[in-house]
Amino acid sequence: MAVVLSLLLHGLLLSSMGEEEGLHQTQFLDTMFVRGLKRKCFDGEEDIEGTLAGIKAIPSYNLQRQSLLDMSLVKLQLCHMLVEPNLCRSVLIANTVRQIQEEMTQDGTWQMINTQSTGQASLDRLVSTDILCRSSRDQAEGKQGTAYGTLSKDFESDQAQDSSETISTASAVQAPRNLQSNVWEMESPQENKGNFQKSLDQIFETLENKSPNTVEDLFSEVDNSYYDLDTMLTGMMSNTKMGHCDSLETFSSPTNTASNSNCKSDLNDLDHIVEILVES
Amino acid sequence: MFGGWGGGGVLTLCCSSSLKSAFFLFLPPADIISTVEFNHTGELLATGDKGGRVVIFQREPESKNEPYNQGEYNVYSTFQSHEPEFDYLKSLEIEEKINKIKWLPQQNAAHSLLSTNDKTIKLWKITERDKRPEGYNLKDEEGKLKDLSTVTSLQVPVLKPMDLMVEVTPRRIFANGHTYHVNSISVNSDCETYMSADDLRINLWHLAITDRSFNIVDIKPANMEDLTEVITASEFHPHHCNLFVYSSSKGSLRLCDMRASALCDKHSKLYEEPEDPSNRSFFSEIISSVSDVKFSHSGRYMLTRDYLTVKVWDLNMETKPVETYQVHDYLRSKLCSLYENDCIFDKFECAWNGSDSVIMTGAYNNFFRMFDRNTKRDVTLEASRESSKPRAILKPRRVCVGGKRRKDDISVDSLDFTKKILHTAWHPTENIIAIAATNNLYIFQDKVNSEMH
Repeated sequence: MAVVLSLLLHGLLLSSMGEEEGLHQTQFLDTMFVRGLKRKCFDGEEDIEGTLAGIKAIPSYNLQRQSLLDMSLVKLQLCHMLVEPNLCRSVLIANTVRQIQEEMTQDGTWQMINTQSTGQASLDRLVSTDILCRSSRDQAEGKQGTAYGTLSKDFESDQAQDSSETISTASAVQAPRNLQSNVWEMESPQENKGNFQKSLDQIFETLENKSPNTVEDLFSEVDNSYYDLDTMLTGMMSNTKMGHCDSLETFSSPTNTASNSNCKSDLNDLDHIVEILVES
Repeated sequence: MFGGWGGGGVLTLCCSSSLKSAFFLFLPPADIISTVEFNHTGELLATGDKGGRVVIFQREPESKNEPYNQGEYNVYSTFQSHEPEFDYLKSLEIEEKINKIKWLPQQNAAHSLLSTNDKTIKLWKITERDKRPEGYNLKDEEGKLKDLSTVTSLQVPVLKPMDLMVEVTPRRIFANGHTYHVNSISVNSDCETYMSADDLRINLWHLAITDRSFNIVDIKPANMEDLTEVITASEFHPHHCNLFVYSSSKGSLRLCDMRASALCDKHSKLYEEPEDPSNRSFFSEIISSVSDVKFSHSGRYMLTRDYLTVKVWDLNMETKPVETYQVHDYLRSKLCSLYENDCIFDKFECAWNGSDSVIMTGAYNNFFRMFDRNTKRDVTLEASRESSKPRAILKPRRVCVGGKRRKDDISVDSLDFTKKILHTAWHPTENIIAIAATNNLYIFQDKVNSEMH
């Protein structure tokens, strides 16, 4: 859960980053995507050392993958703002997003979000941005560990519900996660990314203090598949020249609700940011 | 082969060569060249631009009086092919940018070409007029009716020479055939039909019939949500009028036979190279998307261009290409940046030389690459004003990827990604190439090796 939250947050941070920083980030992304790092090192057969070495790369890989997902979603959104979108480009970007979603599903990252999501309560967009704006608090390692521990348990219980196909990958992920919590604890004092750390603190606090319902609120969305990929494509095909807001409103809510929650919450936040840009 | 390319002429390695001035066409900045095409003899070269204009160049015939002028291309005709349109139904503007020009084989004194924008294909007839009749009985020189009382005798009008006038008239307009953007047109070897391809469909037209076309390929899914692949390019076989190929955004080629069925959704041959698992990344699919496909002049091979490579396919082998050439492999580590700035979606074209021994394609920083299939040598050249001064031989360029750096090398990080050479064309029989660099057109010749080998 913590990983997911951090991913979400990092995604938000990236979207709101200035262009310069964004490019900087991209150059970093380039090195990560040189050979398409796959999480093959999480195969349970590998030794702990190799896994640990791979673990250190995980946060980066996941973060970069999240960045790529965010970038792709923004690009797809921009497609709708154009006069007539280039179909080939849109299809290629959509396929890339699907690929990322598939991989995240296999990792179990997506799965976790799905089980949390009820699809009923309204998304409090301001919650995420509120977290970013809150003042920093002291971070106790224990607090972090506790929160993480709670989340790990949740993950375990969810895991039991997984289909047989994903169990092997999920269980393989489980071992690294325990290690990862140690990594987080070890690295937190050393990290100089102040904003990142502060926001993490706030998220954990939110999780601890508030009821589980709030957590679900955090991950459920307003409209069903508001930014569902397929809807986007459909909307694109039959789309006429529309303003940004108009095109969003005409999206129908399809029945498909699976595996897009994280995407949607990201999108809603991105939408928030884009709206700000449009209004200004 | 690669020793002697240069501006507008020349290029021999020995000093006593006859060099001629380089030739450029500079268009206003708004008019980015969007397509370049030689006609079947190479005498004419057509360019289309973003403003919907077509400019045709004609090669000066060889003349003993002025040997230096041989082979120079001069403007022959300019006309507005397409105008911006507004689709009222969809509230969308239709760009007037010329996507493709294809010449028809010449059958009489006139030249004909097809030009297309996103939606409409037009057939243009180009004729010359160098004589005009004089001595009418009823009309005077200015065309006004004569006062009949002044006409005392009858005369036969005679044809007198006049300044050459090139007239271009639209003969056919093939409209309303496409819902999606037309990306390619190809004239059939039967000289009667041609096809036009958009993202999802390919239509077959008869050159004389504008109100009807046959749909021969349709890959639109019943549910648009299931759309994962689009058509990126297509071409008729140069000799077999029943065969054509189309490429997809997933990197596959499909050869279709029109004799098999009316709707050629089922391919006769599928050319696809299995993915290299060691190179797999999130961008694998995007860089495998084929941006251009060209049959060889012999009809035996196909040339495809994807983002990082050009590949030669043997029509008889579907499993993999027979040759693969790296155009700019140094970009492989920069794919994420190129994805962010959309450069990864650039559609580069490719070209064969007349004898199918050399292939050419464009790259960034105004570089273009040539690969000799026989010697396996390749060269990178630059189309720029500095390197194309009169009597200049193009200097081979090199991109260094770190490590040893020679003088004049360019590092990957200093490449200009806004200067891209997407459109190139090779003369059908001689070593003359046309390179479109944004709004500049460069014509280079290799006089040393002017015959193909």
